[in-house]
Amino acid sequence: MSELFKVSSNPHIRSKVTTNGIMLAVIVALLPAAGFGIYNFGPRAMAVILVTIASTVLTEFLFGLYKKKLTVTDLSAVVTGLLLALNLPVTIPLWMAALGGVFAILVVKMVFGGLGQNFMNPALAARCFLLISFPGAMAGKAFECDAYTGATPLEILKNGGEVNVMDMVIGRTAGTIGETSVIALVIGACILILLGVIDLRIPGSYIATFVVFLVVVDLAKGQWISPAYLTAQLAGGGLMLGAFFMATDYVTRPITIKGQYLYGIFLGLMTGVFRVFGSGAEGVSYAIILGNLLVPLIERITRPTAFGYEKGGRRGEK
Amino acid sequence: MAKLTFVGGIHPYDGKDLSKDKPIQDILPGNELVYPLSQHIGAPAKAIVAKGDRVLAGQKIAEGGGFVSAPIYASVSGTVKSIEPKRVVTGDLIMSIVLENDGLYEDVGFYPPAPFETLSREDIIDIIREAGIVGMGGAGFPTHVKLSPKEPEKIEYVIANCAECEPYLTSDYRRMLEEPEKLVVGLQILMRLFENQQGKYAHGIIAVEDNKPDCISLLRQMTKDIPEISVKALKTKYPQGGERQLIYATTGRKINSTMLPADVGCVVNNVDTIVAVYRAVMEGRPLMERIVTVTGDAVASPGNFRVKIGTSYQEILNAAGGFRTKPEKIICGGPMMGFGMFDLNVPSTKTSTALLGLSKDDVAAMEPGPCINCGRCVEVCPGRVIPSRLADYAEHFDEEAFLENHGMECCECGCCSFICPAKRPLTQEIKSMRKIQLAKKKTGGKA
Repeated sequence: MSELFKVSSNPHIRSKVTTNGIMLAVIVALLPAAGFGIYNFGPRAMAVILVTIASTVLTEFLFGLYKKKLTVTDLSAVVTGLLLALNLPVTIPLWMAALGGVFAILVVKMVFGGLGQNFMNPALAARCFLLISFPGAMAGKAFECDAYTGATPLEILKNGGEVNVMDMVIGRTAGTIGETSVIALVIGACILILLGVIDLRIPGSYIATFVVFLVVVDLAKGQWISPAYLTAQLAGGGLMLGAFFMATDYVTRPITIKGQYLYGIFLGLMTGVFRVFGSGAEGVSYAIILGNLLVPLIERITRPTAFGYEKGGRRGEK
Repeated sequence: MAKLTFVGGIHPYDGKDLSKDKPIQDILPGNELVYPLSQHIGAPAKAIVAKGDRVLAGQKIAEGGGFVSAPIYASVSGTVKSIEPKRVVTGDLIMSIVLENDGLYEDVGFYPPAPFETLSREDIIDIIREAGIVGMGGAGFPTHVKLSPKEPEKIEYVIANCAECEPYLTSDYRRMLEEPEKLVVGLQILMRLFENQQGKYAHGIIAVEDNKPDCISLLRQMTKDIPEISVKALKTKYPQGGERQLIYATTGRKINSTMLPADVGCVVNNVDTIVAVYRAVMEGRPLMERIVTVTGDAVASPGNFRVKIGTSYQEILNAAGGFRTKPEKIICGGPMMGFGMFDLNVPSTKTSTALLGLSKDDVAAMEPGPCINCGRCVEVCPGRVIPSRLADYAEHFDEEAFLENHGMECCECGCCSFICPAKRPLTQEIKSMRKIQLAKKKTGGKA
């Protein structure tokens, strides 16, 4: 035999979708929000974004050198860094942003086995880590910057104040770098949906449940929810960023289709509980982190029925 | 009306334009033909000729080795050169009859049996068994066994699988365009095998993917006066021609891996198989030839060829002008479920659907990475299981979890490996574990 051919098990063709492509799509989809953040909060926002991304990428690179397995080229560290930066207030000390990046990659992701093995969303876990460790730099007064001297719209709402809903939809309010503009986030979400990277199962059930929760709470108080309050709740805080970009994180959401709806419903309830009854104004990050921890359980109870079996029918071999 | 289909599936590049407009061409074999005794599912056939015997085309050279088995016929006239183990497509050495072709193509003479309307069910099944007909879509399950379910009166539908959902393949398409009458009559013969207690015969369904509208309109035209046959257009999606998917799309009935189509009153046969039934019952010809698509971007002039079974792949390729560029990968069958070949000097068999030469090998070009849990495999899996998890269980040899999570429901269609962005060989891992489990079952629990 003169020539050698390649032999492998079927199938012999592969789709064009790659992990890198997906990561790149997420980065592109986050650019409108990042761009608006820089426009809204000024050049310092750019500095926070760059420092955080540099921190996550460098951490993954160094860990890769140590493990002799370079994984930084898969772009997932860039996604984590960018997402984390968008979840930080513009006034955060840069070293703190860098520390968050190290925590996200090293503690939440690499120690558990790297891409695909972490059980919590690294960016959100890092945000919560910073929030607990440095509350002064992460919340409250931290949102008072050159552009905005007041509190975030959700804090104003929480204290019974009035907010300008139009400003919130456009994003001209205080808040973290990437969460303020609903328009920019929805443009990004549309990019991901059109590219088939995410679908509406989780964001849809999440947001719908949250709305229902707010309506029911107001009904229990004997009143109809005011449209302005509802819109402000939807547009305010990290809900849009969380629902479209964090709750849909592949690694930390259930893989089963029914489980994804259940997960969205759980997140909606938790966000509602935290926002309405919690001490803080924000609830999205903690809701998603909590949801992440429930994923194995959700997957267990929503295991799909194989084709040709009755619902809840016999499992395993005959 | 919503289009007939199933949940899951993929839309790969179909490559059918390369060969779909090439009429079927007859090709003659070279000097040597090889007939592996095991080219079907079940017991190997037993050779009934000896070295030095002269045989004629259409002469039986091997007898079925049991009920689940099929006889083999010489496709040319010549002399038995040897009976020895020969390399086949899968790489196995299989005991085979080797014929020296004398180039005379003398046949035994074929005589049509009595008109099929006058034959009994048993007679027709006998003819089909004697003709050596097996499932020619690729599986190679002896057709007479398929046609002999425990309760034949409960069969309501005989489905002609004309989906041809595998990318690149066009042999069934050409068959439908060029010999539709044989398909229709063949189907009518099969329908007559199943008479219910009210004395009514089974209904015939011709199921075609809607990327072949010319076939659909032609077959509809031909069957417009036959109310017992309906031609159904299916959504074009791989694996629409998978038996379970096809039954679901056409009848709404579901079967799992532990069931047979007959359990839901269906019998499914491929186009080529049905045409083989026609030839056996109407013309008295045993199974000696089949249509093979030779295609792919590395092949000089892709086409569809009527091949005498036993012809070597090298000769089939030569008929298509050989390779235009150096192929990286050669596949026997379609790109989704075919075998990667390492040598072209292996014989074609009853189940050889295609020869595909690709100038690029996706599998080698893409390095597998870690699973990111994206769930695309779950979306496309027609078996509605979680391929990424099953592959994980298989990799760690966690048999219990594999079985518990319906690992045996995988039909090895390849959708999960195709779609995986991390390029993980999911199908391969699941397939290996399934093989081990099936073998264990056979040997009663011992690995």
